[in-house]
Amino acid sequence: MNIVVCVKQVPDTALERKLKPGDATLDRAAVDGLINELDEYAIEEGLRIAEAQRDAGADAEVTILTMGPEKAAESIRKALSMGADKAVHLVDDGLAGSDALSTSYALAKVLSGAGFDLVICGSESTDARMGVMAAMLAERLGVPQLSLASKVDTDGSVIRVRRATDEGYDEAEASLPAVISVVEKINEPRYPSFKGIMAAKKKPVATLSLADAGIEPDAVGLLSAATEVVDFAERPPRQAGTIVKDEGDGGVKIAEFLAGQKFI
Amino acid sequence: MTDYVPPLRDIRFVLDQLVDIGGLAKLEAYHHADPETAFGLIEESGRFMAEVVGPLNRVGDVAGSTLDGDGKVTTPRGFTEAYRRYVAAGWAAVPFPPEFGGGGFPWLIAVAMQEMMTSACMAFSLCPLLTQGAIDMLVQHGSPAQQATFLEKMVSGEWTGTMNLTEPQAGSDLGAVRTKAVPAGDGTWRITGQKIFITYGEHDLADNIIHLVLARVPEAPPGTKGISCFIVPKYLVNEDGSLGARNDLRCVSVEHKLGVHASPTCVMSYGDAGGAVGYLVGETNQGMRYMFTMMNTARLSVGLQGLSIAERAYQDALRYAQERRQGRAAGSPAGEQPPIVEHPDVRRMLLTMKAYIEAMRAVLYTNAVSIDLARYHHDPAEREARRELVELLTPISKAWCTDVGFDVASIGLQVHGGIGYVEETGAAQYLRDGRIPPIYEGTNGIQAIDLIARKVPMRGGGVVTDLLTQMDLLDRELAAAGPELAGMRAALANGVSAAREATDWLLSRGLAEPSDALAGATPYLRLLGLVIGGWLLARSALAASRLLRSADGSDAVFLREKIDTACFYTEQLLPQAAGLLPAVIAGAGPLYRVDLSTAALG
Repeated sequence: MNIVVCVKQVPDTALERKLKPGDATLDRAAVDGLINELDEYAIEEGLRIAEAQRDAGADAEVTILTMGPEKAAESIRKALSMGADKAVHLVDDGLAGSDALSTSYALAKVLSGAGFDLVICGSESTDARMGVMAAMLAERLGVPQLSLASKVDTDGSVIRVRRATDEGYDEAEASLPAVISVVEKINEPRYPSFKGIMAAKKKPVATLSLADAGIEPDAVGLLSAATEVVDFAERPPRQAGTIVKDEGDGGVKIAEFLAGQKFI
Repeated sequence: MTDYVPPLRDIRFVLDQLVDIGGLAKLEAYHHADPETAFGLIEESGRFMAEVVGPLNRVGDVAGSTLDGDGKVTTPRGFTEAYRRYVAAGWAAVPFPPEFGGGGFPWLIAVAMQEMMTSACMAFSLCPLLTQGAIDMLVQHGSPAQQATFLEKMVSGEWTGTMNLTEPQAGSDLGAVRTKAVPAGDGTWRITGQKIFITYGEHDLADNIIHLVLARVPEAPPGTKGISCFIVPKYLVNEDGSLGARNDLRCVSVEHKLGVHASPTCVMSYGDAGGAVGYLVGETNQGMRYMFTMMNTARLSVGLQGLSIAERAYQDALRYAQERRQGRAAGSPAGEQPPIVEHPDVRRMLLTMKAYIEAMRAVLYTNAVSIDLARYHHDPAEREARRELVELLTPISKAWCTDVGFDVASIGLQVHGGIGYVEETGAAQYLRDGRIPPIYEGTNGIQAIDLIARKVPMRGGGVVTDLLTQMDLLDRELAAAGPELAGMRAALANGVSAAREATDWLLSRGLAEPSDALAGATPYLRLLGLVIGGWLLARSALAASRLLRSADGSDAVFLREKIDTACFYTEQLLPQAAGLLPAVIAGAGPLYRVDLSTAALG
């Protein structure tokens, strides 16, 4: 089974993130990059599915697919040290500034070129927070999409997922090949082990340029993006809180405050 | 207590700039340990320690390990699972020889990882630490058959190890050991006796426990020359490597201690049913000599505990000081309480903590890299110079860092004010946990004696005076670095001059009247520790000021603060060195003028 996990490198959410004043794109050089936390669940699930397939006697391989600048190689290496078998890194200056539509176009090009049985995405990226990549990829690839899975089962030809709802959960299934996205609840991502880190140094990473992947330069990048950040402002500094003195009417004052803010 | 954040940036700085991890990777033995790989390991193990081991610290302190009626010891909730994951991740194996399943990485890397594990939970870290000592012993002195039987599982961490030295009448003086070993006639030995203070002597973290036990064989010479070392496994190991019969040994008591509650400190009884099966390590009567070969790494690890506790105490104190509002800062409007970090006295406490931590890290990592260079440098002269430096630095790493570490934990509690004295903050736990490192693995008093009686006299005093000369030479570089580091120059020169005067006095006086030198041993060790710390921080500041020219963003802030912290240390903490000089050179007379031998109470 050929499992591909889409992994994005994002700026550390613990640090202050900034947009570049010139083109209003994220300043990726200014902060440390790390694996989008939500993608770690996708990697873990891919590894578990592959392990289960191998236990059942089938071949299985997990490939990491990343589009991003050279720096994203660190994140790829980390995904490999968790246990993925190989990686494809789509890296080209022409990709800078791509929006979700053109990103999905580029990734779909690579996926349809390389082939896949199952594509796994995290539920969203912690920087752009669109949460649309799985749907766009499924659409472009013409395969079923099962989104926001909190549990996954597959026998190698059919995939079943459980998806939490307000009332309980839905169960949905599709035939493979398919694209799924997973939520945090699904598993606990493993830590890279000492052996895993050492082994990752020797795992193959294929680096593709736009030309290698057969992607037309005018289909991606900032200029061809269908969306545009028109304006942005820095988050205002945090305001001092309101202090309510309890003179026997604290409860009422709190209720009034919450009602004033339209919380209740 | 707040979450532990591995201090990766400072660790990286020390590795790259101070101890030259890149140079280490050029040695043939460490080609695989290039800085990126090594730091990748440190980073990932740090995340593991912070997220998996860190949360055990408080629960371990509150619950402690317990002994039931059958001699079974249960560690606090969460310990077995965390230990299982620690073994599965393979962190235990990183520095050990590949032929036994290890990663063959430099000791320096192991020390960085150990710093973080100990900060995350010192009581947890003691189990791998003791195992590491036992591994060291067997790698160096075990027979090929013993190595084949035990080492692989110990290196992986599946089995743990202990060191059984102490007995009630044999503490600092191991020559008084009474545990007996008699030949069983089949090449094995039967061990009988009682050992105390056995860290992780019994527990539920692993399938087997490999005890290394010091004992006397029949007709052994008295004192330390008659001590032999035996492997005494909890479960005997069958030919095929599976576990066999339970050996004749048991834990009869677990101590109630001031700190490290989760680490079971056991009274072990050997041979209640006739004799525990033991296997002689090396030759009879050579046990003490073997112990000495692993002592340097063990003492460095204990020194590291001072740093680890201090780092954790600092992190908590800093966050508390940033949040707690109290009083009125100079110049601020009335009625608006600033966070206490704005008060000069609190700042002094925090900066003192930070400066000592960076100095300790510099000393300990320098000691660690010297162990690697002494083993594997291609130039025999450099190997010898590093061996000498390890000998000199080891008692300082152990004693200075554990004394300072405890002091820093105490300052951390002080930053918290009254609430620090309340257990819930965790500040008190660091103080309690941090109180044992100055005692075990050779008390700090013993370290001071080791320093003045064995280490300072090396090469007729040449090792220590060479080091002081090296410190003098730094002055030219500091001068060339411009006005920013100028303040350091005089401070460092004063410190080095005090160290030189103290050293000269010890070298001349120590021969004439040993008790005079012994009386000054502890202040001398502290003096030398302060000065070496100052020298290494001055070197760090030089490196930082060079890097600062091409740095920006958060890197520049870090480097700037590295320099400012080094200035604070050299200009405000290092001057204590000169103040210690009178105590070093006072001789024993003043200590005996007051008649404490027969002094009455009241």
